[in-house]
Parts: sequence; C-alpha cells; structure tokens
Amino acid sequence: MSLFLIAALPFLGALLPGLLIRAGRDACAIVTGSVTLLALIGLGVNAPAVLRGEIVTARIDWIPGLGLNANFFLDGLGLLFAGMILGIGLLVIIYARYYLSRNDAMGRFYTFLLLFQGAMVGIVLSDNVLMLLVFWELTSLSSFLLIGYWNHLPEGRQGARMALAVTGAGGLALIGGMLMLGNIVGSYDLSVILESKDVIQSSPLYLPALILILLGCFTKSAQFPFHFWLPHAMAAPTPVSAYLHSATMVKAGLFLMARMWPVLSGTEAWFYIVATTGLITMVVGAVIALFKDDLKGLLAFSTVSHLGLITMLLGFGTPIAAVAAVFHIINHATFKAALFMTAGIIDHGAHTRDIKRLGGLRTLMPVTFVIATVASLSMAGIPPLNGFLSKEMMLEEAAHTVWAGSHWLLPVLACLGALFSAAYSFRYISHVFLGPKREDYPATPHDPGIGMWIAPGLLVVLAILIGLFPKTIVGTLVAIASGSVIGGDLPYYSLKLWHGVNPALIMSGIAVAGGLVLLWLHGSLDKLWNALPRPEAKRIFDIVISGLTTLARFFTERTHNGSFARYAAIFFVFVFGLGYYAYQSGTMVAADRTMLDASPVAIAGWVCLIVSTLCVVTFHRNRLLALVLIGVTGLIVSMSFNYLSAPDLALTQISVEAVTIILLLLALNLMPKETPVELRSGRKLRDAVLSIGGGLGVGALIYAMMMRDLVQPSISEFHIANSYSGGGGTNVVNVILVDFRGFDTFGEIIVLGIAAIVIYALTESILSTGIRGQLLNRKPDFPIAGDAHPMMMVVATRVMMPIALMVAAYIFFRGHNLPGGGFIAGLIAAIALIMQYMASGFSWASARQRFPYHGIIGAGVLVAALTGMGAWLNEMPFLTSAFSYVYLPGLHKFELATAALFDLGVFLAVFGAVLLALESLSRYAWQPDDATEHAMDINPARDTAVVEEGK
Amino acid sequence: MEVLVATAVGVLTAGGIYLVLRQHTFPVILGLALLSYAVNVFLFATGRLAFNLPPIYSDGAVSYTDPLPQALVLTAIVISFGMTAVVVMIALSAYLSAKDDRIDMTPDAGDGA
Repeated sequence: MSLFLIAALPFLGALLPGLLIRAGRDACAIVTGSVTLLALIGLGVNAPAVLRGEIVTARIDWIPGLGLNANFFLDGLGLLFAGMILGIGLLVIIYARYYLSRNDAMGRFYTFLLLFQGAMVGIVLSDNVLMLLVFWELTSLSSFLLIGYWNHLPEGRQGARMALAVTGAGGLALIGGMLMLGNIVGSYDLSVILESKDVIQSSPLYLPALILILLGCFTKSAQFPFHFWLPHAMAAPTPVSAYLHSATMVKAGLFLMARMWPVLSGTEAWFYIVATTGLITMVVGAVIALFKDDLKGLLAFSTVSHLGLITMLLGFGTPIAAVAAVFHIINHATFKAALFMTAGIIDHGAHTRDIKRLGGLRTLMPVTFVIATVASLSMAGIPPLNGFLSKEMMLEEAAHTVWAGSHWLLPVLACLGALFSAAYSFRYISHVFLGPKREDYPATPHDPGIGMWIAPGLLVVLAILIGLFPKTIVGTLVAIASGSVIGGDLPYYSLKLWHGVNPALIMSGIAVAGGLVLLWLHGSLDKLWNALPRPEAKRIFDIVISGLTTLARFFTERTHNGSFARYAAIFFVFVFGLGYYAYQSGTMVAADRTMLDASPVAIAGWVCLIVSTLCVVTFHRNRLLALVLIGVTGLIVSMSFNYLSAPDLALTQISVEAVTIILLLLALNLMPKETPVELRSGRKLRDAVLSIGGGLGVGALIYAMMMRDLVQPSISEFHIANSYSGGGGTNVVNVILVDFRGFDTFGEIIVLGIAAIVIYALTESILSTGIRGQLLNRKPDFPIAGDAHPMMMVVATRVMMPIALMVAAYIFFRGHNLPGGGFIAGLIAAIALIMQYMASGFSWASARQRFPYHGIIGAGVLVAALTGMGAWLNEMPFLTSAFSYVYLPGLHKFELATAALFDLGVFLAVFGAVLLALESLSRYAWQPDDATEHAMDINPARDTAVVEEGK
Repeated sequence: MEVLVATAVGVLTAGGIYLVLRQHTFPVILGLALLSYAVNVFLFATGRLAFNLPPIYSDGAVSYTDPLPQALVLTAIVISFGMTAVVVMIALSAYLSAKDDRIDMTPDAGDGA
C-alpha cells in the first residue's frame, strides 16, 4: 500500500465515525477500528522490505519553489513508531468502545482520535520537515480536542488549554529551528538533511537551531521544566491518556530527537542539554510520582520520568545508548498503555482513582490485578519482564558516562531514578490491590467484561514475551530502528536477560531493594512531602498567563480604543513617516521631462475640480449638497482621463460615478441629511494639519514622478508590442484586462461579486429584525413628490432602455479593439435597468426581473472560469487565450476570440454585482403601497373611465 | 499640465484625509470617495501624462501612452465602487440599528474621543 494512503487513511476515516454513530456504538467502533486496521495492514505490507533494510519512499513535488514536497519515507524508525501508533491505536479503539458511557458522544471521540492518529502517522512518515511541522501542529490541535473532550469539566478545558499553550509554543520554536536547519542545508527534505552532519554542526546557526528544535521536542515530550502540562492533561478520558500520553504524542518529541540524532547529536551542547534535561526529568518525575494519590497522576509523572530516561539515553550520543533508547520506547509503550487502561478499569469499577480510597482490590478484580501487577513489575524493572531489559541497558550506559568530569554523578542519579521508579510501581500494586478489603469504596469494584481488559491483557502478554524472548520478538525491529537512528553500523549489543553480574545488575538490585524500603516508609515520607513547600506548576503557569493577558489587554486598550478616527490618524501619520523616511534615504535624479502645456480648457477643469473639492470639505455637513458637489469632482476626474489619453478610464469612471451617486442617494434617503457640528476645534486643527501635510506630500510625490522618466523600462512595452499579435486586439488596455492580466481580472470580478453578496446578506439580516417595522412606519424627512412615477420619466426611460442596452452591447463588442469592454458595458447595462427602477418603481421593475442577480454574478464568474479552463483542452495554462478571424460572405472579416467570452463573464459579474447592491439598498425604502396597479399609467382613457365611474 | 494634476491630487488627498477623520459615517464615506479619486489619478499619472496618444493601435501613430496603469486603474475604479457600496451598507445598517451614525465606539465620541 502506498505510504500516501497509509497517512491519508486515518484522515479520510475520520469522516466516518461521526456519521456512523447513527448506526450504533458498535458500528461506530468497528468502522473506526477497521480504518486503523487497514492502515496497519498497509504498513505490514511494507514491513518486510523495511526489515530487509530498504527504505520505502513516495514522493510528490508539491510546491518545489518553497521546498515543500509531499514526500513520505518509511525506514526502521518510522516503521517502529507507525506500528506503535496504529497498533496501540487499535487497542485503544477497542478499549474506548467499552470505556465511554452512553452519555459520551462516541462519534466525536473517534473522529478526534483518528485525526490525531493521522497526524501522528504523518509525523513519523514525513520526509519533508515542512510537512512534518504541519503534522506536528495537527497533533497539538487534535490532542487539544481530545484532552478537552469532556468539555463540561473545567479541568478538561483547563488541561487542554495548558497542553495547547505549552506544546503550541514549543511547536513555534520548532518551526524556527527547522527553518534554520533547512536554511543551513539548503533543502527541506529530511533525507538530504540527514546526510549533512558536517555542514550542520560547523554552521554558526547550529546552536540556535538545536535549542529551538529541542524546545519543540521537550515541550511535546513533557521534559523538565515543561513537564507540568502532562499531569493536567490527565483530565482527558483514560483511553486518550493511554494513547496520547503513554505511547504516542509525548513520544513525538522523542521521535524527533531520534530522527535528528544522526545530524544533531555527538556535540557537547547536545550531550549537556539533552542528557541533563533527561536526567533531571527522570529523577524529578519519579520522586513526584511516588507521592501522587491519583492513579492517573502517578502514571502521568511516571511517564514524565520514563520519557526523561529515554531523552537521557538519546542525549548520551553513543550508538549503544541509542539502541537502549529505541528498546525502551517499545517497552514503555507496552507496559504504560496497559497501566493506563487498568487505571481506567479501576476508575470504572470503583468510581474513584484516589489511591488513598483504594486497596484490597486483589480478590474483587482478579483479572485487573494480574494485568496491573505484571505491567507494574515491568515498569519497576523486575526480571524477566521487558522493562528489566531496557532498564539494565540504561543503567549500564549511565555507569560508563562521565558528566562534567564526574564519574559518579550520572550513575548515582540514574540509580536514584530507578529506585523511585521501583517504589511507585510497587505502590501501584500494594496500595491498590493488596491490603485488606475495604467497606467504603464509592462503588462495588468488579472486573469489567472482556472488551475492556483484552487490550491491556494483550499488551501485558507482549511485555512478558519480549522479556523472555527479546531477540525473537523484537530483535529485528530494534536493530532496524536503531540503525535508522544511528545512521551507520550498529554497535555490538545483545538483548538477553542475563549478562552476568555487572554494575547494572548491582544498581538494579539497589533500586529494587531501595524501592521496597521506600514503599515501607511511604506513610511517614508522604506526611513529610505534604508538609514541604513546593512550587505549584499550575499556579505559576496561571500567573504567567494572566500576566500576559493583562499586558495584551493593556496594549489593546491603548491602541484599540474604539475610535476609528484615531486609528485612521495613526495610520496616516505612520504612512507619512514611512514616506518621509523613503525620501530621506533614497536618491533622486534630476527632472528630465519637459512639462506639457496646459490649455485653457484644462485650467478651467482644474479650477472646477479644486473648487468642488474644497466645497465638499467646507459644506460636508449638508450631505445632499456635498453629494452633488462630489459628483462634479467625479465628472472632472473622468473628463481629465479622457483629456489625458485614457478613454477607457473616462468611460468607466463616468459610469461608476452614476451608480455611486445613485447608491449614496439611496442611503441618504434613510440617513440624517445633516451632520452635527463637531465641537472640538483643536481636533479640527489637528486633522487640518494632518490632511494638508498629506496632500502636500502626495502632490509633491506625484509631481516628482511625472517630471522624470521611468528608471527602468516598463513591461508596458511588451504589452504594446504584443497586444495585436498575441492577444488579437488593438485596444491595449482591454487586452491587458482580459488577456495579459486576465487572472487579476478574474480575481477582481470575484471580489466584486462577494462585495455585492455581502451587501445582500447584510440587507437580509437587517430587514429580518425589528428594523423592518420601523422602516415601514418611517415618516419621510421631506414631503414626498405628488407623482411618484412621473409619466414623462417613465416614457423616456422605457424608450431609452433598448437604446441603452444597444449601446452597452456596442461598447462590449468593440471593447477588444476600441475603448469599451465588459466592465464598461456591464455598468451601462446596469444603469439602463436602474433607470427603470427609478422611473417606474421598485415593485414594477422587480416584478419584471426574471433572473436573480446572484445567479447573474455566479454565471459571470463561471463563464470566465470555464473560458479560462477551456485552455486546458489545448494543454495550455489556465486563461490562455485563442483567437481567429472569420470570413463570412457578405460580411466584413471579423474576429472570434476566447477573450471576448471571458469579457462576457466580466460583463455579467459587473452587471449583476451593481444591480444586486443597488437593489438591496432600495429594499430598505420599499413601502407596501408603492406598487402601481397598472404597469404604466399612461392610458388616458382608463383615467377618464375612473373619473366617470366616480361621478 | 503636470502642476495641475499634482495639485489636484494633493487637494483631493487633503480633502479625503480631512473627511475620513470626521466623526460621522457620511463624511467618512465622502472622504473615502475623494481618496479613491486621488489614488486612481495618482496611479494613472505614474504612467506619465500624454495628449492624444491613447493606447489603441492606429495607423500612423508613432507612440502610445503607458497602458498598464490604465488597466490597473480601470479595475480599481470598479472595485472602489464595490468597496463604497459595502461601506455605505455597513454605515446604513449601523445607523438603522443604533439610531446614530457616529463612528467612534467611545461614549463621548460626539465631540471627539
């Protein structure tokens, strides 16, 4: 099975549980399990090749320009992790089926679980660090959903938030580190990075990259001092804890350290950062775990401790330590997942996880007792279980490792960690299962059905088998996975129970004996522990978070106080500052263009424009007057476009001007006609200074530009040269719009369509509230004209309509070669229709409008898109145009171009958008009685008839 | 001619900025309209000014004015209509919902924040 499919299966499968929960809980669990099983089989199909030492790859170049490729590869390490993720995932799915109660939304749970599974599989199979980062973030997100699955519990929500904050922050650091790494190597492909040890370690960026990557790994794998989120994540349902917090997610950090081991390890920085962190985490976690009364809390800290152990082994940087790390990853996953599941079973049966309230469950829950005991003994490192084997290897390595010149520090602390580890493992057995039976359990403890204990049972059997026959069961897997970690020849090692009496065995003996002593002393130690002041990680975290929130609120309130004018002022000042900086730091050539003469007409237009603009500003409080004046400004602007060789712009500006003024009039109809006086003159002065400064700056800038030639030749030369030969049109502006830069235009008509639909949606939502009633009962500000639909205007607009449409068609068709085109034609056609609305009334016009405007917008975008896609049929890129000339008898030769079809899309989109916007606005003013009974009251005979009837 | 265009752009910008900084929606909309004129003319003028050289092929024409700014401004004009329409609609909805067309959220926004 392709690696793509293996990685995609959980994501695809994530859709199913949410749907199939309607078919029942069993169906839901079976489907979820089948998805995982299928992926596991897919992995199994690839396993023989990997175990032979091959590397299975799958590769798609996605965005090669960014170095982002969808590459997957499966080597020994990937196989080990993917196998654990899918295998334990399958067991957890079975377990969760019986763990979740009827009140829990099981479909949602399985969907989250599969999403998480897919993200994890993605991490371990990625051959591209950027893709790995994407999957990494996905695990943070999906684990957030899983931890907060019981979102009615505050602990669940807080735990989920904390986990997301810590692992998310680490993820950000990781992104930085990985980008640095990719930058050093020049490739984001892992297989390339893993070959570049010397380049990476000699780079000055090695240390920052290392620290950032390790931050990501340490937060994910709950290493000291980031370990505090893991115990709080225990608010999750137990299957989640068993899956995420024993076998998979917390091991993602370890995976990444192991993955990057060949290139990052071996330096002093690596040794001291990683080994020390691991060592501290191991000891601190083990000590705290001994004094946790919550079963899951104990297991959480023991997980922290064991993750520290593996981190330490990876930190040693020696090949044999890496082998031990890989082996312990397997062993820890087996016994810890089983332990979490037994904790869930006890919680399920006894309705409490508090060790102080348990004890004596041995006879009440015999099956659970056996499973939990074997798993605990494995955790304690008792032979012949698998935990013993890897712990021996760890102690052996620790015994040989020198830390900062000290030969005894590492062995002693490692032994201490093992000692506490043995102690809490024994405590899990003795304080929960041994001892006298109690009378005060919150519920009668009982063994669950086979569905719940089969999964931990299998894991425990595996733990025993690995312990007894390590070579047969996992020998090849350990060898091949360690080979991937080391990236070279394997060191000599032997997976077996008896190595003779060596330092490790002696340390192991001390640990077990000491563990028993600690257990015996637990009562008094516990009192001492509780009396000691300890930093509470959650409180520190809460203080930090609330400090950050206060800081953020302070800045937000300072800069974002709700005053739009202030934002705008800040924006303008900033932009002018930037402009001034650019002016100061740039160089300017001397003016080399001669000024064009200004004709009297131009000067007259200029005077009109300046006067009208100043009048708009002066009289802006009288809104209607300001609207008329701004219309003058707009007209002069369109005239100047025409005067300055831009006929297309002039046509567009003048038609937009018409619809804008109508739009503003419609709005003004419902708004106050006067703007109240602003009282603060200081503020006016400030704004005047700002605006005059801005005007001077912008004016000077454009003057300076117009007086100089372009520094570099413009691409316009290309457009002018190729417009006819390449685009088949003589109007270069239009050819640019529909051909050279057709993709821009395509985007723009979509934006325009969206704007119109936003307006429609706003109208709908406003008119569905009580405002509609207020509008219907509104008293107009001015008396309404006696004749709502003057006959002259009605007749004139109806006569004009076909003419206007014909003009639009003419403008449209000639657009490719002469001024015109889809934009302008769309506006003209829209104005033709708006005239009908204005003259004959909204009801009359909309009753005759058969096509909804949304549809027209959509049709426009579709036509443009389909035209663009048509190029694919010729195996050309999107929007490549084609044209040819047609000769028909009796007609002049004419041109058929796909660009015209694209322009039709533009036409429709613009037409629809303008009309939808204006129609929406008009609906505000709609009154029920404005529908005239007769379409056009110009039949004098009927009026006379009415009058006569009245007599 | 260049002086005329530059001063016109300057005056349009100044008027636009002044109106955008007002406290009520309608002047702000007018200000935005003035600013879009200013920006459109500015962009257009970056192609440098020319008389009677429209970028349309014709026999005997020796040169053409720069078509690229024109194409860009053409779409900008249409898009600015869309923008104006949305802003007008938001202003109108806000006024109808709140019976007030002041734009600042601070309680004393009527005479400055």
